[in-house]
Amino acid sequence: MQAVVIGGGVVGSLIARELSRFRIKVVLVEKSEDIGQGVTKANSAILHGGYDDPPGTLRARLCASGNLMFDELSEELRFPIRRTGSIVVAKDRSELPKLEELLQNGINNGVKDLKIVGRDELRELEPHISRDFRYALFCGSAGITEPWMVAIASAINVAANGGEVVTGEEVIGGRIYEGRVTEVFLSSGRKLKADLVINAAGLFYEKVASAFGVSVPSVYLRKGEYILLDKKASELVNMIIFPIPTAAGKGKLVVPTVDGGVLLGPTSVELPGFSPEDVSTTDSGLASVRESGENLIPGIDNPKFFIKSFAGLRPETVQKDFYIRRAEELANFITVGAIRSPGLTAAPAIAEFVINTIVPETGIDLTRRDDFTPGIEERIRIKELPVREVSRLIDENPSYGRIVCQCNEVSEAEIVQAIRDGARTIDGVKFRTRAGFGRCQGGFCSWNIAKILARELKKDLSEIGQNSKESWVVSGKVRQ
Amino acid sequence: MKRLTTDVLVIGGGAAGMSSALSAAKAGVGVTLLEREPVAGGVLNQCIHNGFGLQFYHEELTGPEFASRLQREMSEEGVSMIGECYIRHIDVKEKKATVLSPKGAFEISARALVISSGARERPFGSLLIQGHRPSGILPAGVVQRYVNLENYLPARRAVVLGSGDIGLIMARRLTLEGVEIVAVIERMPYPGGLTRNIVQCLEDYGIPLVLSTTVTKVIGRGRLEEVEISKVDERFVPIFGTSSRLKVDTLILSAGLLPQVEDFDDDLTVDPINRGFVVSNTGESSVEGVFAAGNNVAVYDLVDYVAAEGWIAGRHAALYALGKNTPGKKVPVVRGDNVGVVAPGIVDMEEHVRLYVRLKNPMEEGTLILKELGLEKSFSYGVPSEMIQMVINKEKLMPLIDAGRLTVEVH
Repeated sequence: MQAVVIGGGVVGSLIARELSRFRIKVVLVEKSEDIGQGVTKANSAILHGGYDDPPGTLRARLCASGNLMFDELSEELRFPIRRTGSIVVAKDRSELPKLEELLQNGINNGVKDLKIVGRDELRELEPHISRDFRYALFCGSAGITEPWMVAIASAINVAANGGEVVTGEEVIGGRIYEGRVTEVFLSSGRKLKADLVINAAGLFYEKVASAFGVSVPSVYLRKGEYILLDKKASELVNMIIFPIPTAAGKGKLVVPTVDGGVLLGPTSVELPGFSPEDVSTTDSGLASVRESGENLIPGIDNPKFFIKSFAGLRPETVQKDFYIRRAEELANFITVGAIRSPGLTAAPAIAEFVINTIVPETGIDLTRRDDFTPGIEERIRIKELPVREVSRLIDENPSYGRIVCQCNEVSEAEIVQAIRDGARTIDGVKFRTRAGFGRCQGGFCSWNIAKILARELKKDLSEIGQNSKESWVVSGKVRQ
Repeated sequence: MKRLTTDVLVIGGGAAGMSSALSAAKAGVGVTLLEREPVAGGVLNQCIHNGFGLQFYHEELTGPEFASRLQREMSEEGVSMIGECYIRHIDVKEKKATVLSPKGAFEISARALVISSGARERPFGSLLIQGHRPSGILPAGVVQRYVNLENYLPARRAVVLGSGDIGLIMARRLTLEGVEIVAVIERMPYPGGLTRNIVQCLEDYGIPLVLSTTVTKVIGRGRLEEVEISKVDERFVPIFGTSSRLKVDTLILSAGLLPQVEDFDDDLTVDPINRGFVVSNTGESSVEGVFAAGNNVAVYDLVDYVAAEGWIAGRHAALYALGKNTPGKKVPVVRGDNVGVVAPGIVDMEEHVRLYVRLKNPMEEGTLILKELGLEKSFSYGVPSEMIQMVINKEKLMPLIDAGRLTVEVH
């Protein structure tokens, strides 16, 4: 039995990992050069409490339960999470009913550790919050993670359990016989035998579905722009801070990141037409992100904190809910699409839901294997180890003492490990190790990381890209 | 884990660090220099053009020549240079650092510290320029590293944003290697680099310098494809209707240097305008026995200035380590009209003063006035990109005792 999972974002990777528990060979196919580089990469990286999704929706159900799965998952897959808690802040009594509505909604969704706090407690939770705010809905189960690491670690786990992870290849169609997909065709010409196909292609899920003649609801795109701030700004922020939500979404937030920075944003702008590659930022978007951040935390809109701005896209449907179904046209083709917010939080629950509820509809035999390993070995981050241990590691392998990224204390050995784990680009190394994520933005290390990539992959420097084949770094030698 | 001790610990082996290590060693103390790269030299190693050393060595050298001369003199004086170091933790007040290197982790404690952490290039991300995030947008220093040290070309057709010296030098360097430099653009109404570099790097090669203009958008999926530029008004706001597009695969940033102070600024005072450590004319910071010199104090025009300041800081660090320092009365330096960057921030009356001043705005004619001392220096064609220097003998500092400060102004 072989299952092909299309899309190496957080959803596809976690589904591939869940499938690995059974007597099924799993192939995870990702068109980018690395796992977790689409929607998974550019979002607020939040584990939402689950209090604002409308009761009765799939997303309400899967968000609250997904949130609870992250502690165990992060233990097994060794990605970082921090239960920072979150607050939704309100200015005066007129906004209190909105907080109460969210509180009641949260209780209905089964969210625990929710309460409304007054001014004094709010100050205690978040001392730098603007004096304009007097009330807040506090949610203790909200937290943050590195979403791409959830996907990357899942993919590592899939491979460790005998599955295959294919990157840099696109699914272009397949062979269909008597109402079932029998083969999946890749852009390289490779053909994969398929007993089960999962379409988790994110923004491209419609394209993949149509390549198999499957119709799915159309998605439109919402762009969210962000500004990443230096770790110096984290002195002003303890937890995730939301304004009162509006029809456009949860609003522009202030969010700590797990590696110690702060994220401002996102905007939420509906894009005309369908342009899944348009992750450009705009002057107006960035200005509004700054203004909103400053309204929540006075002093945070300070150019000396700015490290980077970027934008991400999220899919949305008219129903504003996830679309998780077996195709009517094909018995063994499952679509997991329209994964809008809170898709990251819900992802582990989505994977479980797909396996428990949807896969059985396909008639695939789900017999558990007895040799599944749920965990992966922890990747060393010397920054997180006491100096005695780092010292011991250096004595064993001197490249643990060769610090390539001095902003985030990342050693050459960690970069080599990331490349062995599948990183093939500078961004691949960056997202896995945090090298180049700091305040110099790779000014001191990007060339060195490119060199290490070329050396480890036995390529010329001119073959190394920032994040794709097109994103070359050097054109060739100065002198032969 | 090894534990080392030294008299003077120098952090950072660029021009300032090497020079201070050398001068401290010459003053008769044990010196240890910690450097991130395998060899000392810092950015000098990749500055293969000439024009260095005219003041410090009284002869014209290339960057690597300047660096290797300091390296040789350091080793002759017995400076212990440890390469590939990373300072994991530093206790500035206790003068103790925990260091990682491929040769092992170690702890080192010292009697005096010299922090010569230099500056970093302002990254593109911090400019919040709208558009895509393709490859091909990189600081001039990284371009220089690729071309001069790694033997790789990071561009085919490029535009340079910012007319700082490194940008000008790389425009020439890349032109010589066959890269087409479409233009150097500068948002100020005057150039940011030294006049000699405008002439020798741009005019001699016919590279246009476009003033009062900035990049307002970057476009490209994968690699950079196009850059949108626009004229700006006097407040640097892009003027509607003035934008045009350049087809380039590379945007080289020469958008200024930022003193690297963040790892130490919980303890040491930082000047908000210089953005570097506040030091006196002995190089001493706001913490006793802790000295700082070079581009982490103020971004200097010339490596010769950096080396000269390092030399002073190194000597005073050695005196401190020996217990022979004789701190005098100290007064703050106060900015008056049209003064931007100014160093030092404090005058210690026991030492001569070498004052570096950067104008806020260009002036055809002007006079630098040291108010409480009644001293003046006239200049013509003053521009912010060229520091005005003035040396004051310590014998002339007496009036500062009563005045309690030194006001620097330009009229």
